[in-house]
Amino acid sequence: MKFKTFAAFVGPSVFLMLLFIAAPLVTVFVGAFQLTQPVVEMVEEETCTPGFITQTCTTTTVTRPVLDEFGEVVTTTEWVGWTNFTRVLDPEAAGAAIRAMDWGQLMQVDFYAALRFTLMFTLVTLPLVLGTGLAIALAVNNAARSIRGPVIFISLLPFIVTPVIGALSIRWLFIGDGILTSALEVWLDRDIAMFAQAWTIELMMLFYRVWHVAPFAFVIFYAGLQTVNQDTLESAIIDGASRWERLRYVIIPHLMPLIIFIALIHLMDTYRVFEEIVGFTSQAHVISLQWLTYDFLQPDDAGNRAFGRASASAMLTMVGIVFLLIPLLRRTWRDHKGGSH
Amino acid sequence: MSDTPRAMRQSLSLRLGSAGFLALWCLLAAFPIFWIGVMSFKSPVDAFDANPLNVIFGPVTRDGGDGLSIIDIVLGLVYLFFAVKLAMGWLPKMVAQHSPGGQVWAGWIIGAMAYAISFVVGLFVILPLILNGLNAILGPLGNPLIGLTTIHYWSVWVDNAFYENFINSLIVTVGVVTVSLTVGTLAGYGLARSGSNLAFWILIIALIFRALPHSVLVAGYLPVFVNSAEILRPILGENAPTLYGQPLAVIAVLVSINQPFTIWMLRSFFQNIPNELDEAARVDGCTHFQAFRWVIMPVMWPGVITTGLFSFLLAYNDFLVTSLLLDQSNQTMVPAIAGYFNRETTTTDQVEAVAAAVSITAPLFLLVMIFQRQIVSGLTAGAVKG
Repeated sequence: MKFKTFAAFVGPSVFLMLLFIAAPLVTVFVGAFQLTQPVVEMVEEETCTPGFITQTCTTTTVTRPVLDEFGEVVTTTEWVGWTNFTRVLDPEAAGAAIRAMDWGQLMQVDFYAALRFTLMFTLVTLPLVLGTGLAIALAVNNAARSIRGPVIFISLLPFIVTPVIGALSIRWLFIGDGILTSALEVWLDRDIAMFAQAWTIELMMLFYRVWHVAPFAFVIFYAGLQTVNQDTLESAIIDGASRWERLRYVIIPHLMPLIIFIALIHLMDTYRVFEEIVGFTSQAHVISLQWLTYDFLQPDDAGNRAFGRASASAMLTMVGIVFLLIPLLRRTWRDHKGGSH
Repeated sequence: MSDTPRAMRQSLSLRLGSAGFLALWCLLAAFPIFWIGVMSFKSPVDAFDANPLNVIFGPVTRDGGDGLSIIDIVLGLVYLFFAVKLAMGWLPKMVAQHSPGGQVWAGWIIGAMAYAISFVVGLFVILPLILNGLNAILGPLGNPLIGLTTIHYWSVWVDNAFYENFINSLIVTVGVVTVSLTVGTLAGYGLARSGSNLAFWILIIALIFRALPHSVLVAGYLPVFVNSAEILRPILGENAPTLYGQPLAVIAVLVSINQPFTIWMLRSFFQNIPNELDEAARVDGCTHFQAFRWVIMPVMWPGVITTGLFSFLLAYNDFLVTSLLLDQSNQTMVPAIAGYFNRETTTTDQVEAVAAAVSITAPLFLLVMIFQRQIVSGLTAGAVKG
């Protein structure tokens, strides 16, 4: 294919990606070092209240935003260096907390709380998703052919449902005296409030995420299981391998590329955990990195959005993604050099 | 099972364990969704009752005079049975007969819409009319057994104008699917047929873009979109639009965010189509583009439909981008639901939120039902080839 035809085919897509993915990255990078604020002026105001004989007058200085000729707030943008990052990372408080070896104090800074939850969430769900997905795939592969279709249909439901709604549907089972909370109360014989502390919310979030992603792992593993070499399996049986050994030494090595694929996709997707926070309205107890940026972008009571801090926290979030991607990129590069594509 | 070798045969306990695990998984997978479906039809007291039986049978709802009698349930099930049967047998036949050649998809869209409308009218207008009469005549058999009320759906869709959000969702999803497939198929074909280093690098960069958290990108858009009128004024003059709150801008953003995934998936579908096919067309004098349009596209429909499904899911399920880039007046369904559960004032609001959630889930449920095979093939397409 000539370069010109190739460019004509790929052009629109590349243009869109450059305009809406690459360009915003530049904006974020620049924005992280800038601060946009409304220009304020100090005005002396005299307020008088009627009094006997003479009025009582007080003069106060108030700050108010400067308005331009259209009546809109004038803003200035200035370079502030690392200020946005300092405000997000709060190194002083963090340093003090680390010196005092005080974990709770460190978690007072939003960024570290978000980082802890995001990393914990990513690393804990990964083995759970892989294990559950593989277990379901093996069980379905073991089941009669006639029930496989309906089982796949039911399994796809948690995967396909809108993430926020999926999280909500689990929250509604537990909220207040929801049926599962009261069932737990009867079982454990104690009063339970699932939304009053962080760890119960985190448990529900972990459950939700495994529930949501396991079907994806299941479908891929199930497709992989169909291509297991039957001859190898048979020779393993002849060699006297037990069921467990066959799984361990024949099936899992066969599925290894798929395991790596799912792990990578899962790491990428879980690192941007966000919908759980919205669905479980857990911002008072648990937040994630992506939610932190989202929160900065939401207008505050005065209608201002903290773009500077949002950009800084977005940049910090990206650093994590880069770490995540390096091994993947190295592997792809090796494959490409090996000429396997 | 008699032809399996003895060593492959499984002990009873293993088979029971496997079946039991599968049953448990199916229960876990379906239960939360099934349960919000049940809750959405009950009065608030019943919906949040601690006793699951009360939630299912809804005594308070029943005492309120809304309920289903045995006759209702039997006739309703019969209606559903025939509706499914018609959809499976009669509808495809009618579509195949009446749609013009080569335009079967248009026939399907019209047929499916007509079917959906008549189904809803039959279930919510005609059936209740008949049943009201029957229940009055039959006496004890006509007494309500299970409490059920559609009042929450009414207040969500009619009183709170949820249909506006539905229309916004429709605009955004249709826009995203069409544009993303048009742009994506072109790029996917180009990338699949070019072995150059440039193509490789485009794919790798797309992979990196795929990993970016969406909030990072939105942090880049938002300042520009909010101030776009001022930024664009030197170029477009006084008509420069404010992009913030524009569905079109959101469509462009979602299409771009979705591009990396789309081109990877379509590329893997295009690679399955033998190169000889376009070579033959080229020998016959087609240009690259003609070969693409008249030879490759007709055999690509399965791949395009599968990729379209995933684009649809992305646009339909999105919360972050739409909630930040659209304002209150043209919000899509998923962010709009946040307005319900954040109020948290009364349990009625909560049940209305449940009803809205079920309304959002219902189309997805249908989607899995119809396109199960495509979804599975789409999930495996990227993975199995690595």
